[in-house]
Amino acid sequence: MQVNNKHIVQTSNLAIGYQTKKQQTCVVDNINLSLNKGKFACILGKNGIGKSTLLRTLTKVQPKLSGEILINKYPLETISNHELAKKMSLVLTERIPDSNLNVYELIALGRQPYTNWIGKLNDNDLQQINLAINRVHIEDLLHKRHDELSDGQLQKVMIARALAQDTELIILDEPTAHLDIHNKIELFSLLNNLSKDLQKTILISTHEIHLALQLADELWLMNDNGIVSGSTEDLIDDGSVSKLFSSNLVKFDIKSKQFIINTD
Amino acid sequence: MKTQKTYTGKFILFLSLLCLVILVNLSLGSVDIPFKSIFQIIVANDSNQETWRYIILHYRLPKAITAILVGSGLSISGLLMQTLFRNPLAGPFVLGISSGASLGVAILVLGVSAFSGSLVGFAFSNIGFAIAASLGAFLVLSVVMIVAKNIKNTMSILIIGLMFGSFTAAVISILAYFSSAASLQQYVFWTFGSLGNLGWNEIIILCTITLISIGLLLTMIKPLNSLLLGENYAISLGVNLKRTRNLIMIITGLLTGVITAFSGPIAFIGLAVPHLTKLIIKTSNHKIILPAVAILGAIIMLISDIIAQLPTSEYTLPINAVTSLFGAPIVIWLLIRKRTPH
Repeated sequence: MQVNNKHIVQTSNLAIGYQTKKQQTCVVDNINLSLNKGKFACILGKNGIGKSTLLRTLTKVQPKLSGEILINKYPLETISNHELAKKMSLVLTERIPDSNLNVYELIALGRQPYTNWIGKLNDNDLQQINLAINRVHIEDLLHKRHDELSDGQLQKVMIARALAQDTELIILDEPTAHLDIHNKIELFSLLNNLSKDLQKTILISTHEIHLALQLADELWLMNDNGIVSGSTEDLIDDGSVSKLFSSNLVKFDIKSKQFIINTD
Repeated sequence: MKTQKTYTGKFILFLSLLCLVILVNLSLGSVDIPFKSIFQIIVANDSNQETWRYIILHYRLPKAITAILVGSGLSISGLLMQTLFRNPLAGPFVLGISSGASLGVAILVLGVSAFSGSLVGFAFSNIGFAIAASLGAFLVLSVVMIVAKNIKNTMSILIIGLMFGSFTAAVISILAYFSSAASLQQYVFWTFGSLGNLGWNEIIILCTITLISIGLLLTMIKPLNSLLLGENYAISLGVNLKRTRNLIMIITGLLTGVITAFSGPIAFIGLAVPHLTKLIIKTSNHKIILPAVAILGAIIMLISDIIAQLPTSEYTLPINAVTSLFGAPIVIWLLIRKRTPH
């Protein structure tokens, strides 16, 4: 495959799915995607289409079936967990187990790939942690325990933790799932700002189509025919967005950039 | 910006309390020995009372050191299991180690005595019990680890450990059903637990294993902390989950296996001490909580031993009963008090 220096994430002929001893279940194949530095991209698609499978494959949680994934020009499978931790940070949907962990300690855990054997934070680590905290504006939460936070606050804390990990690429799995509309908008614009101001490459899966259409640089649209990617304007213009749901129930209204109930 | 709290004050308090409890523990028993003489005997190895010297050096000091090692070891193991399984109900015995040890002793006492009387002399010696318990614990732990090897989901290991516990309990019931009253009593006495069975040689073994485990644990502090976020986050921070999981299981197996072999299946300490510690020291950072749990475990084991020998000077209560009898209400009270709004 042709290696492009700007590409933080690149896939070629990638097939994703599940492999058991007896059989292979392919969810999506022939995936050719790329994501450049400093871009904010949203993966859109209906439930069960394979968004999570794609994210799990790109983050090395689950093996690919075939094809290639390059992260910073290196094949994903050749990158050790420890090296990958310096290239890619995650915000997941899973609940954090009960513990006395407070917000500051939680964010500080983001420095683990860089700290020594016993986890001592040096001046640079402390500086990175403070930068992350200031960036996300959670100074007043630092001494709270993680289970005392609201969903919106927790999501911001998890983003600060990912920022402290100091990686070019940040991947978030449905980061706005439990948030109210105000927090959803705040989170989307935060992610958009991080990609513009800090040149972070941000990839999220989401169901917030109208926010994604307003704020994302790129969309990865998943439907039954596979994945199409491109800039948001291009995908609206060429009709790809309106094909996202192959159903007569909803239709895409180009003027308002929203899916509405089909009354025809 | 304020960062992490320091806990120096609480550690000094813990250590002073530990010293005090050691002294009280050494001074109590069927013969009262004043603190001053204890100092003379331990520090200067000198006393005007030869019997006191003998009691301290050959009976009470080994027992106190055993209590410290057992309390620390079980509490550390409990904390490791609670972090690994992200489950507050996990304890040092969830991997089936105590069931394995019990099975070993049960086969020795109930099984062997049923077939041949000649082995009885060896079998009922402390070292015979220790070997049987070690073999049993090691066997069950090995089986659990082999089964767990190909399992991705850590929770399943917890259930497998519990299943082995039920399985061995069933085997022990069958053995007990067919055995004589005398050998049944021997077995029951072992399950009471005892801190006083260890000579200096056994203590050296226990001490070595504890030190090796603690040394290994120091390298595990980072992965243990990252596990506080859950397994997937830990992996995303560069942790080798399988290696971490195996090492934690081996350390726990080693510690609880040897402790159970020498002092019987002592309940409750491993489950409760991590909770008590987290109520006093409000952090989950293993760099702080691990040593705190070790010290508090030692203190509580020593106090349990003091309670066990208090009621009459002639007899001592079974240590296993004391730990639960006095420990369980205290933990319940602490948890209820914590929930009550002030």
